[in-house]
Amino acid sequence: MKAKAKTMTRPEVDKSDIQAIAKTAFNSLKGARYMLLRVIEPHAARRWLRGLAPANLDDLDRVKKNVDGETSTVEDAYQIAFTAAGLFALGVSEVIVERFSPEFVEGMAGDKNRSLRLGDIGANAPEHWCWGIGDREPHILLILFSSDDTRLETYATWMQNQAQDGGLSVIEVLPTSDMGDVEPFGFVDGISQPNFDWDRQRMPGTKADRDYTNLLALGELLLGHRNEYGLLTERPLLAASEKNSAILPKALHPPGNRDLGLNGSYLVYRQLAQDVRGFWRWVAKEAARVGVPMNDLSEAMVGRRINGKPLDDLILGRSIQGVEAQDSHLNGFLYDTDPDGLSCPIGAHIRRANPRTGDAPDGGRQGPLDNLLVTLGLTVRRIRRATSSTLPWPRNTTVWPFLRSQDDAVASARFHRILRRGREYGEKISPNAALDSAAPDPKAGIHFLCLNANIARQFEFVQGAWIASAKFAALTGEQDPLLGNREPFPTAPIAKPQRTNGFSRPGAQPHCGYATELPQFVEVRGGAYFFLPGLTALKWIASD
Amino acid sequence: MIPQDSLVVVAKIRPDCVNGLQSLLTTMNFANHAGFADPANPLVSFGTFETIHFARFVVLADNTLEDRAAYGQQLPRCEPTYLCFMVDCDGEADELLAHLVQKANRLREIFEHCEGCDGTTDMLIWLRAHRVQPMASYVNWVGRTVVQVKEEARLHCALRQALSGIPQRNPQQLFAQLRQSITSLPLTPIPSTPLAWRIRNLTHMLLPLLLAAACLALFPIITIALLVVALLLFVIALRRHEQADPIVDQPYERKKVALLRDGEDHDVTNQYTAMGSIKPGRFRLWTEIVILYGVNWVARHIFTRGSIGRIGTIHFAHWVFLDQRRRGFFCSNYDGGHEAYMDDFINKAGFGLNLSFSSFIAYPTTDWLVAKGAWLEQDFKRFQRHHQIPTDVWYKAYPGLTARDLARNSRIRNGFEKAIMSDDEIRR
Repeated sequence: MKAKAKTMTRPEVDKSDIQAIAKTAFNSLKGARYMLLRVIEPHAARRWLRGLAPANLDDLDRVKKNVDGETSTVEDAYQIAFTAAGLFALGVSEVIVERFSPEFVEGMAGDKNRSLRLGDIGANAPEHWCWGIGDREPHILLILFSSDDTRLETYATWMQNQAQDGGLSVIEVLPTSDMGDVEPFGFVDGISQPNFDWDRQRMPGTKADRDYTNLLALGELLLGHRNEYGLLTERPLLAASEKNSAILPKALHPPGNRDLGLNGSYLVYRQLAQDVRGFWRWVAKEAARVGVPMNDLSEAMVGRRINGKPLDDLILGRSIQGVEAQDSHLNGFLYDTDPDGLSCPIGAHIRRANPRTGDAPDGGRQGPLDNLLVTLGLTVRRIRRATSSTLPWPRNTTVWPFLRSQDDAVASARFHRILRRGREYGEKISPNAALDSAAPDPKAGIHFLCLNANIARQFEFVQGAWIASAKFAALTGEQDPLLGNREPFPTAPIAKPQRTNGFSRPGAQPHCGYATELPQFVEVRGGAYFFLPGLTALKWIASD
Repeated sequence: MIPQDSLVVVAKIRPDCVNGLQSLLTTMNFANHAGFADPANPLVSFGTFETIHFARFVVLADNTLEDRAAYGQQLPRCEPTYLCFMVDCDGEADELLAHLVQKANRLREIFEHCEGCDGTTDMLIWLRAHRVQPMASYVNWVGRTVVQVKEEARLHCALRQALSGIPQRNPQQLFAQLRQSITSLPLTPIPSTPLAWRIRNLTHMLLPLLLAAACLALFPIITIALLVVALLLFVIALRRHEQADPIVDQPYERKKVALLRDGEDHDVTNQYTAMGSIKPGRFRLWTEIVILYGVNWVARHIFTRGSIGRIGTIHFAHWVFLDQRRRGFFCSNYDGGHEAYMDDFINKAGFGLNLSFSSFIAYPTTDWLVAKGAWLEQDFKRFQRHHQIPTDVWYKAYPGLTARDLARNSRIRNGFEKAIMSDDEIRR
């Protein structure tokens, strides 16, 4: 499983082998449902699987035409993914399942320590989930897309019948709602996504990566391709002698193996229920207490304006690898101009989810000596100043000449990115409606789905070290203002319980704002780790 | 300031006493929190010693002796199992040891499981005899005592509370009000640095520099020529070793990793203990010795204020040799999760990992001693988990506080001890 060989040739990416969700969110297909299935009769289930043909990247071109309204050849599509339990249930041997990544094999709720790290304790604990553990642990996830709701209804019923006839039982069919790019709290969502190097031109780890890059090696998304270390992420390989392995493509490395992971990805699914009323009511109360407009506070918590625009004073239009010119007004900014979080609080949701850090803190670009000093951690602090500041005091008056440890507290982002593919559910209500004391609970939330090649280093790192951590970027006593579980950490008996329910806005005027007692706004209702196979791998899974 | 010192006691466990010792050590921990010492446990009540930062008891049960098979018969396949007792403290470790023997009179119960210790042993003499000096040690902030840490944490807490109660004012008024709010909090003045330590430290710093300077000044040509030849020979030998060292596949041990994880993430800081065998032959051993000397020197004289290289999450770390330098172990106390610690290390200081660990058997192949190695990410991560051993008992004097918290609290204290302050007291 060693992965070296920079000299190795790079065969063409086989588009027809990749499930389309790796490249598209199927935005033109407005209706979507998530079907969670369990295998009852493996033999029949494999037969059912053999008849499936999830949309692949080649089909994508046809979906695109649909957007333009020219032709409408694709009006329905589905994608399929399996949990480790599902692979077992389908008859894949334990030895082979063990070759998948440990996180996948153990499952999202499979280990107490994992739950602790992901923040799945208290109200988020797996024992309170609607699905995800015990006999409600899904084996198969079927994602259904249709152009509209009526079509979707027919399509989903048909699929469900097919699956039930094919020896599967249905745990849940989870509906989604089209909120039009806005998540249930009302913020424009899904603005910043990593770009993947489909043409595989990128050489990761060069000097250019000392700065933040939004362009990532394909191996951060798909197994069997080179990742940000220039290596092949570990994935299940079969020896040529193993059953049915001839179905599978040859592994790029090591030679002689067949690659069960090639063109596949790990799909992380978490159902997140959002307390829309609770969120806006708390924001209104806190905003009134400190005397700021409601949106100032809520936008500081998110880190973007409600319409998705970046916050004031972040310098827009910076050239960033992997951010396209037309996106520059939304994503052409970095936080190196705002090291103290005066524009965008350090603990704001989007800053935690993607801190936009490069391999090295500011510096290391002034020649070899500077480079060496940065590598050794002997950096002189340099701050880019905003040209037009609306703040009452100079942006930075620190006299400490060396880089403070807190300025280099956050890991390089390129190793910790995920591709989000979720959709919203429930009723959409406006902030004002949410404040109405008579408003019924819209029972809304997000089906958070993301793709990554290394669950531990990507999803779990982002969720554990950035979102849920009470010590992100040298902060203390606060978690993600939207997603935090507010559970004290550490707890007794190890320490006097310490709060995690704060949120500081260093840039608030006239002096920094610190909110305490944030309630929990988002609860985990279910979750699982899936393997989204390539189409050839799907054939192998389905084979008798 | 009071400098920090480390107490490392390593003693051979009697062959049939390992299990008994481990169950005894378990009684020092909180129930349901594997590995977390109760500060008030009856065996060694760490909490009563005001100068202890971190402490641990580890049964050094080597998981990796099998890996020696890759080197044929060059290394024995069996080694004794040791008990390691490690304490990071303020002031002289020997003073603490005397104190420990005096106050923690049940220490004997633990060490009776080791060879040469029984009911009649003079504990102080015996423990002194079993002290080992780490090859390299790192202290996050030289001179910051436990007392200081705790007082500054209280200061931060009080200020945060006061801040929310003070209506918005201009910065100078705010500062005055905040200062008012903490008048009742005592801050022990920072004591002066012991002269003996200063002299020792200065000698340690200057000796290699002066030696090098003297050689260069007196015999410039010979010195440079020797250096060039030595370097050349070193590089040739290094490349030969790097290409010839056997690659030992490191398994992912699900059960063991689950056991290790059991003791992780209950506090903001985690412990790490790993051990392994040094590759046979003089070349790897002496490379390791020289590198660790270098690590120790920079840790002691350059990285004394909050970070080692770019890593700002380690409180204390030690590299120690065992068995006439056939084996070594590494202990650290780091902030954040294990995966994050490893990622931090690989991406910010991969070269440092390669330098200080590539002499160990099964380390992922390096290039020119610094490249590759740790950057073979998943090979490295399996290597380190395979070599990691559970820490039986672990104590931290200030749970809930990260190294960066400590640095921030000190900055706040410094700010309040100044007469005037700029308006930059923004980040708490």
